[in-house]
Amino acid sequence: MSTLSKENVYLADVPVLVSPDGVVDQFETERASRLGQYLRTLRPGLVLAGLFVFLLSIAAIEPAWFISGDPLDANAREAFAPPSSGHLLGTDEIGRDVLTRVIYGSRSSLLMGLGATAIGLGFGIALGLTAGLGPPVIDGLLMRFVDVLLAFPDLLLALVVITFFGQGTVNAILAVGIASVPRYARLVRAQTHLVRGTAYVEAAKTLGIRSSALIWHHVLPNAIKPVLILATIGIGGKIASGASLSFLGFGTLPPAPEWGAMLAVGRDYLENAWWLTAVPGIAITLTVLSVTALGRELLRRSEGKSI
Amino acid sequence: MSTIVLKKDSQKLIGPEVACSRSPQLPPPLIEVENLSVRFGHRDRPVIGGISFTLRRGECLALVGESGSGKSVTSRTLVGLAGPRAEVTANRLRLDGEDLLSIREAAWRKIRGRRIGFVMQDALGSLDPLRTVGREVAEPLLIHGALNRAQREAKVIELLRSVGIPEPELRALQYPHQLSGGLRQRALIASAIACGPELLIADEPTTALDAAVQAQVLLLLESLRNANTAMLIISHDLAVVSRLADRVAVMHQGLIVEQGPIDEVLQNPQHVYTQSLLAAASYVHGGNRRWAPTTMNEVLSNKDEFVINADNVTKTFPNPDGKSRTVVERVSFVLRRKETLGIVGESGSGKTTLMRMILGLEKPDAGAVYLRGNSWTSLSSAAQRSERRRIQVIFQDPFSSFDPRYTVEHVIGEALGVIGISGRKERRQQTIELLRWVRLDASILPRRPIELSGGQRQRVAIARALAPRPEVLVCDEPVSALDVSVQAQILELLEDLKERLGLSCLFISHDLDIVHRISDRVMVMKDGVVVESGDVREIFARPRHEYTRLLLDAIPGLPAKTSRWSAQDSHAESTATKLEQSEGVLEVQL
Amino acid sequence: MTLFKRIAWRLLAGVGVLWCTVTLAFVAFHLIGDDPVVTILGGEDAQPSKEMIALVRKEYGLDRPLSVQYAQYLWRAVHGDLGQSYRLHIPVARAISQQLMPTLSLMFSATLVSVFLAVALALLTAKRAPWIRSFSSGVELVISSAPAFVLGTLLLLAFSFQLNWLPSFGTSGWETIVLPTLALALPIVAVLTQVLRQELEDILELPFIVTARARGLSETRVRLGHALRHALIPLLTLSGFIFASLLGGAVIVETLFSRQGIGRLMVEATGNKDVPMVLGITELSALIYVVVNLIVDLLYAVVDPRVKGAV
Repeated sequence: MSTLSKENVYLADVPVLVSPDGVVDQFETERASRLGQYLRTLRPGLVLAGLFVFLLSIAAIEPAWFISGDPLDANAREAFAPPSSGHLLGTDEIGRDVLTRVIYGSRSSLLMGLGATAIGLGFGIALGLTAGLGPPVIDGLLMRFVDVLLAFPDLLLALVVITFFGQGTVNAILAVGIASVPRYARLVRAQTHLVRGTAYVEAAKTLGIRSSALIWHHVLPNAIKPVLILATIGIGGKIASGASLSFLGFGTLPPAPEWGAMLAVGRDYLENAWWLTAVPGIAITLTVLSVTALGRELLRRSEGKSI
Repeated sequence: MSTIVLKKDSQKLIGPEVACSRSPQLPPPLIEVENLSVRFGHRDRPVIGGISFTLRRGECLALVGESGSGKSVTSRTLVGLAGPRAEVTANRLRLDGEDLLSIREAAWRKIRGRRIGFVMQDALGSLDPLRTVGREVAEPLLIHGALNRAQREAKVIELLRSVGIPEPELRALQYPHQLSGGLRQRALIASAIACGPELLIADEPTTALDAAVQAQVLLLLESLRNANTAMLIISHDLAVVSRLADRVAVMHQGLIVEQGPIDEVLQNPQHVYTQSLLAAASYVHGGNRRWAPTTMNEVLSNKDEFVINADNVTKTFPNPDGKSRTVVERVSFVLRRKETLGIVGESGSGKTTLMRMILGLEKPDAGAVYLRGNSWTSLSSAAQRSERRRIQVIFQDPFSSFDPRYTVEHVIGEALGVIGISGRKERRQQTIELLRWVRLDASILPRRPIELSGGQRQRVAIARALAPRPEVLVCDEPVSALDVSVQAQILELLEDLKERLGLSCLFISHDLDIVHRISDRVMVMKDGVVVESGDVREIFARPRHEYTRLLLDAIPGLPAKTSRWSAQDSHAESTATKLEQSEGVLEVQL
Repeated sequence: MTLFKRIAWRLLAGVGVLWCTVTLAFVAFHLIGDDPVVTILGGEDAQPSKEMIALVRKEYGLDRPLSVQYAQYLWRAVHGDLGQSYRLHIPVARAISQQLMPTLSLMFSATLVSVFLAVALALLTAKRAPWIRSFSSGVELVISSAPAFVLGTLLLLAFSFQLNWLPSFGTSGWETIVLPTLALALPIVAVLTQVLRQELEDILELPFIVTARARGLSETRVRLGHALRHALIPLLTLSGFIFASLLGGAVIVETLFSRQGIGRLMVEATGNKDVPMVLGITELSALIYVVVNLIVDLLYAVVDPRVKGAV
């Protein structure tokens, strides 16, 4: 979420300038060290991030492959058991196994990240392209509207959406997704304008190519590619936002295993059961961290090669 | 006139040392460099591989070479700023007998700015944009001097005046972005000489400047050298060097391949690289025309063959403050078949906007452009589209004119598609044929623009422009982003193709030498208006408009003996004197 | 003169944003969601009688034509009347003004802490040895990845429950603001430091820095005298992000630390479907946004002489 807005600033305002010398240098060094570069990119941190996201995806698809227990299985006699060999990460206030619940919680987190990003991206691209390619009047109106929405923090917008549409898992995804639409719309529009003004689009125009072909072959692919990459970074932010909503009690509701909701419950037992908050907290952080790290790597590579 | 003032002032500035200028015996060298090497990190090849030179007071040494030859690194090494990753080794690196290799950072700081003044390559970026010019110039005084605030302020004004900045009191309070390029460069020089350094290093001091301003800055540097400052000039431009330097060192791939008095090196170059550099320069800056120029009579005889006809074209843009700015004003011209029309003007003269209107990328606010007698700019965009292939363009920066995702094959294929060549096999065949025209091998077909060199890119751009069988080729500064040796090849190629394909050509450039070289007729623009136009030889020999004369005089050409435009041009001889005279005029204009 | 003109424009734009916000709020209030009358009467479950509905409708002016209602709504909003809270049964404006100060002081202290820390860290770590860089950017990445409530919970766990240094909840006394400020500021510090360091590193490569060094300036002087001021520009550019993080973070942090404030008011209103309250807080956030933007705009002109005139 935060990273995206930062990139937003840069992508929108700074045209990509490449000096002729620099490019040749880059090409030469690039060729010389292509293998080296590839090896260097396999930094341990990134490998771990990739592995983590991979395991997370599998856990989201079929959590039973990792653990045999039931996330809702309560056992009052074992309540507040600290981490031990029986319960690796302890148990919660009614004796449910925390590890099982955390693993089962990955599904709703990933669903939130992907779903909200898809919604935000879908509407954002539609709005941004309409503004970027449409007549100036539409562009002006749409962008003023988007500017107004951008005045509000994402979380505030999400809360407004929830006030009107109600609480629950699906509505939380919807709320987080809708809250991110203005940002994507602005980004897509800025990219579209940037690409429309490039020399290669003008060169194609002087060839006499139809404007529909111009948009389809040159403008769209070049404008949307960086947005997609930024969106992958955004997935992490969406997961965090969704967990925040659940923490506030507006997302996935207990007793379903959800990291934010687990943490909200654990907050009441901070004094005697630290693992109830620490475990889901670390799970969220690691997930967001891994997704963000992978997304950034993607961005770094695409910037290094072409844009 | 102003030159005299300059010299006087700068002498005053340097102080008593002036008295001992150029004694008959050679004074001991100020700078001694012996076998200097610089490498970055663990790269196997050093950026500078063992160079040696010396420099005395009142002497000017020029380091010449193309980009990447190591000249800028050399200059930075001399002030200890090669960078934290640089490994500097040398047998000897001395300033006035003091060893610079072993001194600490604190000692370096006492040398920088006080004993060695350093003028960076990029005058636009070398002044802190958030500080006033006065503060920037005062900074070395603040660090090194014992002057108090009032004295510093007085000294800044004195310095600004001494480098020929008019109204120094006002300029000192302004920010760099409020100054013209020439004034900024002067301010930068003022800050470099503030503490009266024994050595002044200037890295490409005139590169980013317009021709007329270049001449002024060169004059200023010349006056400083005459005031007994040792000077190291870094340049890729032999012409600049030939005016200033006593000796020249030619750098190539981190080595000095040739070193000697400037006249000797220019007239009798020993090393192959120097020879090729000189040849390229004289090709670009003069030399004999390879194809016979179309004479005025020939052109007139088929005057009905107007390919482009611009009639009182005007374009206005709104300013941010609400007022409007006329960028092109009532410009009329014709381009005849097989003719090359050069459009000359400095940046901001409106030549780019004019070009965009001719290309149909911008609609004129008044007037119209006709293509082969038919309306062109007044057509609807749909009607325009089918005619667009007739006018093709080559941009200054070829790299940005390619879709980064496209391969060479894709780029040219797209252009071929415009004239209905759609079969895959046919497209490829024609693409290879086009590449052969621009002397490129078919092996580059699968490459992307980022994988090509600057020259290759421009060739591909030419091939793409030729693909839809155009009648007019618009060249917008097609070589100014390229190295000199590549420039020559591309110009040669353009001339050749133009002749073989019978193209008409609009050639837009700020470089008069190149325009003179390639055009039949020329049109000089200033502030959106055409101030003069006509046969290229006539205008270059007998410019009628004051501005044209200024432009021509300001070219820092090679000395007349290495041939300017042509030997029989009576004009060439008087260039040197005119340069002096023009200085006064320009000063008034500033 | 041009500066004055620019401010006038910005003011106008700000008024536009506020007007749009109020209009959107009005549209949302009337066109989306449940019938407000039913909500006022306690929702569908309360099964209000027809007479009751008619009465309330008249009382709240909901029986008049939409255009009249819109005009009234605008008129009231201009005068600071944001309607009546469904749940608290007091004017929204009063409820907000009661809770405003704790939130503002939290946001203010978090801004100070985050800007100071970010600038200091960026100045210290830019263009240093690789290990310093990778260490600090690693820490920043981890912190910026942790949502505010996770960070806050961990702070609570460490400083309130393990070390017993600071209170875990409350609004009174300076001790209560320390942990919330940190929880709010740290994610902002993480992002700002990254951006500032990148910016500083770019700036430290620029010709005028090399020129300054060539005049004999020390490293400290170069960083503080030349580079710092340039690095403040992206700080201003990111003010929108900072503001959003502060306000969004306040919602979380106030809930987590059981502090009074607008954020908690918002959460409670959302939970109770208190539409006037939610919209009122949204309008307030637009107002703060406009004011902050205006201030930032003025600061731009102070920091960067080039922006005078041009927008």
